[in-house]
Amino acid sequence: MTTTAPVAPAARGTVAIRSENLCRHYRMGETLIRAVDGVSLQIHAGEFVALLGSSGSGKSSVLNLIAGLDRPTSGSVVVQDRDLAKLSREELAKYRLHVVGMVFQSFNLIPSMTLAENVELPLRFAEVDRSQRPNLAREALERVGLQARMNHRPSELSGGEQQRAALARALINRPQLLLADEPTGNLDSHTGTEIMDMVRQFNRELGMTVVMVTHERALAERYAQRMIFLADGKLLDDQPSVPSPAIPGGQS
Amino acid sequence: MKLPDLTELALRNLRESVLRNSLTTIGISVGVASLVAMLSLGTGLQQLFSQRLAKSGLFDTVFVSSRRDLRGMGREEERKGPTPGESRVLDEAARQEIERLPHVTEAYPDIRFVTELRYDDKPHLTMISALPMSAKSNDAFDGMQGGFFSSDTGAEVILQKSFAEELLGKTPPLGAADPSVAELAKPLLGKELTMRYAQRQSAPASPSPQSSQSSLRAAEATPADDRVAAAAYSVVSREQKLTIVGISDLDPESMRGPMRARVFLPLRLAESLHVMQPTDLREISRAAADQPVYSSVSVRVKNPAEVQVVEDAIKKMGFNTFSILDASNSLRQVFRVLFAFLGIFGSLALTVASIGIVNTLVMAILERRREIGIMKAIGASDADVKKLFFAEAGAMGILGGIVGVVLGWAIGQIINFGTNLWLKSQSLPTEHFWAVPLWLVVFSIVFSLLVSLVSGLYPAARAARLDPVQALRYE
Repeated sequence: MTTTAPVAPAARGTVAIRSENLCRHYRMGETLIRAVDGVSLQIHAGEFVALLGSSGSGKSSVLNLIAGLDRPTSGSVVVQDRDLAKLSREELAKYRLHVVGMVFQSFNLIPSMTLAENVELPLRFAEVDRSQRPNLAREALERVGLQARMNHRPSELSGGEQQRAALARALINRPQLLLADEPTGNLDSHTGTEIMDMVRQFNRELGMTVVMVTHERALAERYAQRMIFLADGKLLDDQPSVPSPAIPGGQS
Repeated sequence: MKLPDLTELALRNLRESVLRNSLTTIGISVGVASLVAMLSLGTGLQQLFSQRLAKSGLFDTVFVSSRRDLRGMGREEERKGPTPGESRVLDEAARQEIERLPHVTEAYPDIRFVTELRYDDKPHLTMISALPMSAKSNDAFDGMQGGFFSSDTGAEVILQKSFAEELLGKTPPLGAADPSVAELAKPLLGKELTMRYAQRQSAPASPSPQSSQSSLRAAEATPADDRVAAAAYSVVSREQKLTIVGISDLDPESMRGPMRARVFLPLRLAESLHVMQPTDLREISRAAADQPVYSSVSVRVKNPAEVQVVEDAIKKMGFNTFSILDASNSLRQVFRVLFAFLGIFGSLALTVASIGIVNTLVMAILERRREIGIMKAIGASDADVKKLFFAEAGAMGILGGIVGVVLGWAIGQIINFGTNLWLKSQSLPTEHFWAVPLWLVVFSIVFSLLVSLVSGLYPAARAARLDPVQALRYE
């Protein structure tokens, strides 16, 4: 492991995410699966980090642990001074609501709701005043250029539009952290670029810390400031993406 | 999440699988409808009975008799208190005293005597009873032809049906159909009867020695020595012409108290006649001639609930009392049991319906697994998810409750209508034995809501426990 010293080149500020010997094991029948097996890393506020690895490398599991969707078997994840392992289920839900915004490969919009309603949903959970919600939802949709489609259902939209709506939803509660799990996985390269431009824009203009899981090295090199390689639940390499040296072990 | 949001989302989710949720809701409505039908039948029957009983005048009446009336000697309460010989006389003063008691509307003497009525120059011997004007509302006169007495002192008379038959010489042979009251009334209404009766008159100046001796013996116990001299009277035969104003179809055998007679007179008229009564002989030793002694007094109480209080007060005055309060208490008990039974049977259907709710919601969890995962991922807490499923269960409960109440009411109306149709075909009077009071409506909807929420407990807890990572994993 190479992470004893802070290596982040664009350390704009304090440490936003720090994991210490993070493990997530689970049983599947007789076998013990070590999805995450002793990962220690630090991500600074405002960084754009890509988690790279093949499927089964544990990159999504790490993201879920950072997102507070899952709890570590051992070790710790501390996000903005919150030790997630020590939070109650209730506190964890609050954390997901206010600190984290998430986008997924399959967009995960609720099909029975219009875009506006989907984007508004986190505001309902946050118990934001009813009168303010429509404006906030419209603003968020304007930011991703979907104000014209706010009363459409997700099934009436293209994949790129759906992912933009998902981004709007992720931003609605003004989180400091944007976690993206293969955000371009279901999109063609053109719309994928569109989405990634938008994510970079949020990173630069809103100062959001971005952690993106991907298996596309090219995408990571183009957008991320740092690339963290995982394999078999272990941290393989951690490098800035700007010099882009040819590392053969990145993708299998 | 706040309630308006919960409601909104719950209704939206219910609309999403409209068929399944409607079927479940219909299940609840049928359950609630059966509950409403059962309980409204119970309520209706109870109302019908208590109306009937209230109208019969039995449940708000206390019958008062003197302890000197020895007929009830065996009863335990009468062994306490003064001996019959020492107890009070039920005279006009006592009647007025009773009438002044709180909660009492009126106290009137039961004047009853057997005498002869002449109609068409033929004598007819019968039992005559005097009625106060308040008896007009008694259900005994529901099926009456003609009208009630025009005044309390009018020289008028109401005949019982069987006596009317007798007057007309139309008494049907046993088992044959009775002629209708209207048929009997036609030739009789407005006609005149002559009543021959024995009138009691004040005694001449010197009482017979025999009677004064017997009064002296009784007077030893009482200080009212001066009344002794007056306690003598003579009996004179008199006649009174009476106009027939009404024919009642009530069956004297089924009635109690003053209703148990075949001919009725207005009370004040009967009093003014000073008819010699059987008790006069018994009380001859005590009463003054001009102050009649009553065999019994009927006391009407404002509200059946106050009968006990009034009864106790009268007992304290030293009289015997009787009311049908005990009977009404056990009747109430019967209705409570009936209610419980009907309620249990009605709830059974609702229990089945509640299993339907559990089923529907568990299915919804499986179907909306991903949606629950999404909601959790974007910040919904366990409590939010739980509340959402609760709200869905509750919404189905309230909707089912409302539809069920309407349905139950409709079923009741239809059955009531059908039964009345049948009653009519049997030429019986129609009845309203189906009642859906407001409390039943509110109770049914609240009960349906509670049952639904209880049904939602397990699915809601299960949905809340769902692991978001697992829920989102499946594509």
